[in-house]
Amino acid sequence: MKVLVAIKRVADVNVVVRPNSEGNDVELTNVKMAINPFCEIAVEEAVRLKESGVATEVVAVCIGPAKAQEQIRAAMAIGADRGVIVETDENLEPLAIAKCLKAVYDQELPQLIMFGKQSVDGDNNQTGQMFAALAGIPQGTFASALVVADGKATVTREIDGGAQTVELSLPAAVTADLRLNEPRYASLPQIMKAKKKSIETIPFASLGVDGTPRLKVVTVSTPDKRRAGTKVSSVEELVDKLRSEAKVI
Amino acid sequence: MKTLIYAEHDNQALKSSTLNAVTAGLELGQELHLLVVGHGCGAVANAARNIQGVSAVLVADAPVYDYQLPENVAPLLEKLTSKYSHILAPATTTGKNIIPRAAALADVQPIADVVGIETTETFVRPIYAGNLVAKVSSTDSVKMMTIRTSAFEAAAYSENPCEIEELSFEFDAGLSTVVGQDLATSDRPELTTARVVVSGGRALQSAENFQILYSLADKLGGAVGASRAAVDAGYVPNDLQVGQTGKIVSPELYIAVGISGAVQHLAGMKDSKVIVAINKDEDAPIFEVADYGLVADLYEAVPELEALLTAYGVEVDAPVAVSA
Repeated sequence: MKVLVAIKRVADVNVVVRPNSEGNDVELTNVKMAINPFCEIAVEEAVRLKESGVATEVVAVCIGPAKAQEQIRAAMAIGADRGVIVETDENLEPLAIAKCLKAVYDQELPQLIMFGKQSVDGDNNQTGQMFAALAGIPQGTFASALVVADGKATVTREIDGGAQTVELSLPAAVTADLRLNEPRYASLPQIMKAKKKSIETIPFASLGVDGTPRLKVVTVSTPDKRRAGTKVSSVEELVDKLRSEAKVI
Repeated sequence: MKTLIYAEHDNQALKSSTLNAVTAGLELGQELHLLVVGHGCGAVANAARNIQGVSAVLVADAPVYDYQLPENVAPLLEKLTSKYSHILAPATTTGKNIIPRAAALADVQPIADVVGIETTETFVRPIYAGNLVAKVSSTDSVKMMTIRTSAFEAAAYSENPCEIEELSFEFDAGLSTVVGQDLATSDRPELTTARVVVSGGRALQSAENFQILYSLADKLGGAVGASRAAVDAGYVPNDLQVGQTGKIVSPELYIAVGISGAVQHLAGMKDSKVIVAINKDEDAPIFEVADYGLVADLYEAVPELEALLTAYGVEVDAPVAVSA
């Protein structure tokens, strides 16, 4: 069984991002980039499926600039066998990304497509669901556990108020939540090995996908900061402030 | 130009997140309908008839919609895009599961986690875990979006019930089935709608120690939340996590106990009306957003706080004191 894992190149989570000088985009010049943390969990899960003998091949696919090869190499260091990059300098929206992934899916014909539940830049939480719709396959979102056996995927989903387990026919799309696994640290030999693995480049233009943004970004700004209040010196003073000043109890 | 709200419910009761989405929908200034998709959800539809501002309730009641599986519901929503200019759902795990799938079928780019409605085309949403705010204008003929419930007040109920329209469209993709569901049952209020939230972090050190927070929360008629660190350490179940990747809350009173205040946690609670932080590390970042900070050992401060509340006669569900 082949597993396709979609990964995204995003600003490293430890970077404090700012609006650009025009105030209509995010300033990413010279910002450290990394593989989206949720995508990393998806890669780890796919590699574990291979290690347990369920999957035979793990293919990492990224829609992004040429430099996104770094993130594909990072996925390979975790254990992905090969990579596909749909190369574009355009900042595509989830709908267009889902269409690109559908084209790669039609070429690769995997039984399972793994995603991170959301990327930490746009925070959309859409690509996996949108891809599943375009491919006409079932989706298991917010996955905290995944079992693939007997021609189906059983996904435990983290939903509001608890957990839900769904059984999906294959092929299926699964989006990883935080608690699906803890990704390994890539070892130096794995990183070296990853450098020798192959990456196929597909020019975005060759796919015939319309990448025109549907959402026009009017402004990007920093939200009003909440200001620190006062320090109280005792529980008694706290209760007094909550009663007489804040009036919330 | 009409607005459709996708109702959040469990076939028995309408969830209050629906009321927040209705308020957001009403800001569009158009005729507003509500869609109830489920199985045996007649009571939900009946309750929905009385929400102020809703002029019709559409009901799709069939076994295939029992768990609102996205594979079955999305085609129904896609069909309705011919009649509505705006389709909104609360940004819950249900809304986030269904709206993108339906939008892709309709060739629409949905807008996630909307916190502000400027015009019928322009919307405000947080990005980068709330560190930035983007204002976006949609060029799609139908706008589909999820609404961050903490950003909008709950709509009121009226005395004048509107009409119910039964939808006969039934679709079974045959791709997925629910084989198990394990929902937490609690007498405490729901985390996202509670007036008071008491949250604990890694400093609680164990599941047993969380009891002092449950006890304090019960005294205040509140809910208990937790930081990601406390959830990852196994002290509390994951559905209690407050933060960017967990629940977004905005109660009247948020009490953060032993929580350092990582950016991802702040993203989930910084819109609370009043924030109290109790932490023994006076340099903890949580103090930078707290209205009232107390540098103290939580094991002493929390029981003392509860005892003082008892002494002052603060009771569960006590109305907000207007004078001290």
